[in-house]
Amino acid sequence: MNVKWIKFLVFLICLLPLLRLVLLGLFDGLGPNPVSHLIHSTGVWSLVLLLVTLSITPLRRLFEVSQILRLRRMFGQYAFFYGLLHFLIYAWFDQYFEWQGIWRDIMSRPFILVGFISLFFLVPMSVTSTNRWVRRLGVRWWRRIHWLIYPSAFLAVLHFWLEVKRDIREPLIYAILLGILFLYRIGYAFLCGRTKPLLNSNQDCAGVQR
Amino acid sequence: MSIHKRDDILSSEITDENIYLGRREFFCKAAKLGFIVPGLKFGTAEAAGFLNLFSPIKPSALPDDKLTSFQNITHYNNFYEFGTSKSDPAKYAGMLKTSPWEVKVEGLVRYPRTYSIDDLFKTYPQEDRIYRLRCVEAWSMVIPWRGFSLAHLLKKADPLGNARFVEFWTLHDPQQMPGQNIPVLEWPYREGLRLDEAMHPLTILATGLYGKSLPNQDGAPVRLVIPWKYGFKSIKSIVKIRLIDHMPRTSWELAAPNEYGFYSNVNPSVNHPRWSQATERRIGEWDLRKTLLFNGYANEVASLYTGMNLRKNF
Repeated sequence: MNVKWIKFLVFLICLLPLLRLVLLGLFDGLGPNPVSHLIHSTGVWSLVLLLVTLSITPLRRLFEVSQILRLRRMFGQYAFFYGLLHFLIYAWFDQYFEWQGIWRDIMSRPFILVGFISLFFLVPMSVTSTNRWVRRLGVRWWRRIHWLIYPSAFLAVLHFWLEVKRDIREPLIYAILLGILFLYRIGYAFLCGRTKPLLNSNQDCAGVQR
Repeated sequence: MSIHKRDDILSSEITDENIYLGRREFFCKAAKLGFIVPGLKFGTAEAAGFLNLFSPIKPSALPDDKLTSFQNITHYNNFYEFGTSKSDPAKYAGMLKTSPWEVKVEGLVRYPRTYSIDDLFKTYPQEDRIYRLRCVEAWSMVIPWRGFSLAHLLKKADPLGNARFVEFWTLHDPQQMPGQNIPVLEWPYREGLRLDEAMHPLTILATGLYGKSLPNQDGAPVRLVIPWKYGFKSIKSIVKIRLIDHMPRTSWELAAPNEYGFYSNVNPSVNHPRWSQATERRIGEWDLRKTLLFNGYANEVASLYTGMNLRKNF
């Protein structure tokens, strides 16, 4: 199948969680505490998509499917999209867009601060996720900026972990998945060396065909 | 030039009530036809508050507050004995066998006694009480309980002079309460009150809600309800009530002593270490409400805590 079609299909699939929430909202399906449901669901999808983004490189190497690299930026953008929704729903329904209150909340509650920094790190990545920015920055700088996904994903899991009241099993699953993805990279760097080129010579770092 | 003060205009002068009420219908219809941004849909009656986004936040207690629906009261529960998700209790509480059931009253009392549920019903006349319930997680409900003042039962047991606290125990049976297989809390669930708190007329043992017997997920067959304290104090499915001379440890306090204190009185100015307690969301509503000291029952119960530092004794 044409790569463009696959990308389009993935684009639509990534919209399904949002579509689901919209439909649930329309048909009173968000449960007794709809706000909490919306905040939780968008947060979890953001985290899932961050992990999906981070698993592209291992999958590409393990199964030698370099084409999926071309989906990575879309997954990253969706992770940011759901993270932003997560924040905006909180800002709207929990804070009524009172920025002073939001700022106070961020500064006084570690779990909110952690979540905010995680989202904040995604902003420069999201902004520079176009071919133009890749070219403008050059591969080296572009990759430096996009290294931010590691602290961002770590903080996102920590945010979830700190938020739960007592039962940490769900965030634990994400922590383990993230740990595997991190360990894979460390192991790869250790065994195969940092200097081994990540890309085919005819692709730039975002997987764009030159 | 005269400028109308807001107060001068009666709301009836602005919009006819029928049109005002019809608004909701309009929105629902429009939403179903897809004319309204889905996120802004107002599915339930309370959703009108949505439009009041920038008006002052209402307090949690208003005279015309509506009861939380039976559906929501029975499908949004924290009852970790059946799982830690709030939808778990409605799914799994059916495993609990509430009959036969015994409640032991023991410890520092002149007349210890073991009640069957029927005994409880026969001995203590049931009455209906509508209380606000404020969860420590910053959501709230308005619940029409049925039950009786715990004071009646305690008086009959006749506490000894050295009895100062009351300890409550939930059933411990992982067969019937599968959540007890997971060590999220120290099982069985335990709670406690000072004797004067337990004797307060607002403190009830509830055996029903909405005029029906208590659904399992809400703590059948008998549970405590202390309306001015965070919900987790209102222990469910009680099998033992023990009077003691020292402050008991409670399950949540054992789990996280810096987050959940023995008193756990609802207090908007003492935040949970991880979130604010200043506001709450009434289940079934979209907008926030201001949380009130002692959950709005300050007139009745504030005297229990005169001279006490509520921040320290959280």
